Order: sequence, then structure tokens, then C-alpha cells
Amino acid sequence: MFRNQYDTDVTTWSPAGRLFQVEYAMEAVKQGSAAIGLRSKTHVVLASVNKASSELSSHQKKIFKVDDHIGVAIAGLTADGRVLSRYMRNECINYSYTYESPLPVGRLVVQLADKAQVCTQRSWKRPYGVGLLVGGLDESGAHLYYNCPSGNYFEYQAFAIGSRSQAAKTYLERKFESFMDSSREDLIKDALFALRETLQGEKMTSSICTISILGAGEAFHVLDQETVQRLINEFEVVGEEPPADDEAAAPDAEAAAPDAAEGAAPDQGAAPMDI
Amino acid sequence: MTKQQANWSPYDNNGGTCVAIAGADYCVIAADTRMSTGYSILTRDYSKIIQLADKSVMASSGFQADVRALQKVLAARHLIYQHQHNKQMSCPAMAQLLSNTLYFKRFFPYYAFNVLGGLDSEGKGCVFTYDAVGSYERVGYSAQGSGATLITPFLDNQLKSPSPLLLPAKDAVTPLSEIEAIDLVKTCFASATERDIYTGDKVEMLVLNASGIRREFMELRKD
Repeated sequence: MFRNQYDTDVTTWSPAGRLFQVEYAMEAVKQGSAAIGLRSKTHVVLASVNKASSELSSHQKKIFKVDDHIGVAIAGLTADGRVLSRYMRNECINYSYTYESPLPVGRLVVQLADKAQVCTQRSWKRPYGVGLLVGGLDESGAHLYYNCPSGNYFEYQAFAIGSRSQAAKTYLERKFESFMDSSREDLIKDALFALRETLQGEKMTSSICTISILGAGEAFHVLDQETVQRLINEFEVVGEEPPADDEAAAPDAEAAAPDAAEGAAPDQGAAPMDI
Repeated sequence: MTKQQANWSPYDNNGGTCVAIAGADYCVIAADTRMSTGYSILTRDYSKIIQLADKSVMASSGFQADVRALQKVLAARHLIYQHQHNKQMSCPAMAQLLSNTLYFKRFFPYYAFNVLGGLDSEGKGCVFTYDAVGSYERVGYSAQGSGATLITPFLDNQLKSPSPLLLPAKDAVTPLSEIEAIDLVKTCFASATERDIYTGDKVEMLVLNASGIRREFMELRKD
């Protein structure tokens, strides 16, 4: 993208019919560290890479709980993301207060998109520099949406945003057809595999990634470090590729601990994790 | 010329009684389940108690529509608190929030007489008692509602330190055990039911302690 005379204001069109400021805002999303989302019929998993600005600092929070049934992962200007998360939380609380029922995800993303559009049509504003992967469960099932700075939003089976997300997208494109009927555990595993693609050789540990899940009977929550590390260890032991025959029964210890720690969805049954 | 009086009131009194007792490591909060209007009973099975947070339970008598609205506002505020602080509100924090919320409507009050019970940050039982506009105090026990005038003197007799001369007459957290306190609450309601027409049907009791929260019901006279 080259600097040109039509990119100073968001309210200036280029002769080719482009709004450069909006496109630059989308560039900001591509610079942020990766965030990944996948969904099945009953669950949505959001995962992100924890990037710390230096070894001395803590990493930025990129995954936010919006409500029991909605979570969001962001990439780009995390400050903008935080502000938008606060807006989404407020909308959910107000809707619940008025209608005593959870805000449908599709409604929330439209409100979010309209909010982003306003910033593309005011000379005194700038577009939000953050892409949001909104995952949620409502009466119509599990959904994953991507909201861009342009004010567009799209629904996805699986998606990745941020730096080196193309590697994750390639992996997801190979596997997405099976996601709809995936079990909860398989969905988490696929998220970890996709996340690993973005690391491109870097050692994968639980400190470098954050995994969150929501689903039928399971409120949105972030998985704790031990659980994530254990999951990583399992598939590193099994091998590089997620094998087709990974349905071997897990040891009892593993079955007991994650169910207690993660509050496994009741309709997954009491069976141990399929690993 | 006499002053013109309103021919319609935005308020109604649905009756009922609420009681809470704080112990060393537990708290009992109880309320009857009768909802009335005038001399009629609307239902025998209405809960006046709500759990606002892990360790905070509120029981309210008065105008139940206002009570419900108040409960919703507090629940929403608690959600916001959790998003911002990543933890549940403590009981003393909730107590202050309730007070502020009530005073916010100082000039069109919530017709709610509240009793907030729970465990403080040290795990000790705490009870906070309120008037309709948010004036509150931490106490060892309290009763609110239509049967309060019948119950409070009895609790003073059982729980208050006996001599105001020897010690300051502070109604400290009771040394009673949890079982004894629950029994005392049942006695209070059985007695109040006898003489207060707005109290009866069932008493709902919530017990908060270190192991969590427990709910019990006891039948009361239905007349």
C-alpha cells in the first residue's frame, strides 16, 4: 500500500472508490498477534497467541468474556478492543435486564458493525483498529463472526486473524468440514493445532497461548494454564499431525481433572476425554 | 380549601417478613413466602430472597414490584463489577452498593425493606439492615416487614447482650451454632404467623457458610 493524496481523511474517497483510512485500519489488524476461532454445532473455541512487548512485561489480554454465552478474541489495537468489549458487555447486560433473556449473537455483531461504520463516515473520528472474532451460543445454535474495522461482518465456521494467521487458515481450510460435528475436545485440539501453525517453529507452551471455550451447558471461560499445558503435552507426544485414530481412551487422572477444572458440558456425557 | 390528595398511589404493600441472623462462620437469611394485597392473598409461594453474589443474599419485604426492580439493578451492577474486577463482590461492598442504589431514588423511593446477609471477607457472618432510602447498619441480627415488630423484641431477648451497664449493648455476632440459629428463626416465624395476618404459608431459609449455600423450607399456618 502506497501513501497517496487520498489517504489523509477517512471521509475522502479515492478515484478508484476506496477509503484508504479504512484499509489502513485493516492493516493494523494484520499486525496484531494471531487470534483464532472455530465452532461446532454446540461449542465455540477462541484462542490467541500471547505477545508480550518485552520479556519484562506481561502479555496483553486478547480474549474477553462478554457474557456467559458470548466471548470475543481481538487482534490489532488492543485498547480499541477493550473499549469495544466494554460496549458489548453493556449491551448484553441491558438486553438481559429488559428482556430477561440472553442477547442473540447475531444482534450483537450487527450493533458492533454499525458502531464501526459510524467511524468510517465522520471526519472527526478514526476507524477502530481492531478485528474481533465474536463467538457465541444462542437459540439458533453456536456462531462465530468476524467484525472488521470497515463495519463489515461475516459468519465463519473457523477463522484466524492477525500476524501469520494465513498459516492457521491453511490448516483450518483443510479441516473445517469436520468441525460442525466435532466433539468439544476435538475442537480444542484443532484450535491448538491451528495456533501452533502461527508460531512457525517456536516452542508451544501454555504460557504463549490462551484458549477459551463456550458451549451448550458451559458458560464462557478461559482454560487454565495446567489444562492447556496438559493438552499440548498430549498432542506433542502423539505426534506432529492430528492422527485419525486419536480416539484412544485417556487415562483416568486426565479424565477426572479436566471435567472438574473446566466444567465439561453435560451433553458430552461422563465419558473421559477422547484423546 | 383542603389540600388535594392523590387518588392513586404508585405503591402497594405486599406484606411479608424477613429475618437474618449472623453467626461466627455462617449466616441465616429467612423470609416467608406469602404475598398479599389488602386483605387478600395473591400467592402462597413467592420468594422474597435473592442471591446477589457468592456470599451475599438479600431478603426484601414491602412492594414486591419495587423489590424485583431493585434485585435486577443490583444483579446488573454486580455483573459489571465482575467484568471490571474479575471477582465477586464481597458482602460489605454489596451492602454499600445497595445503600447507594436506594438513595439514588431518594425522591421516589423503592418501597423495599431490605435485609442483606452473608459472609464478610474474613468468613464471619454479617447482616446489614436498611430503611427504604438506604440508611444502613451492620448488625448481628435483624427483622424487617410486617412481622418485624413481633420478632425484633424476641430476638433482642435471645441474642442481645443482657446488661447495658456492664457492656455496651452491642448485638454482636451470635455465639449460637448454626442449628440453634435456624431453630430460632423457625420459632420467630411460627410466632409471627400467629398474630400477623400477612405472615404465613411457608418460610424459606437460606444458610450461607464456608461450604456454600443451603436452602430449607418450613410450613407455616396458612390462615
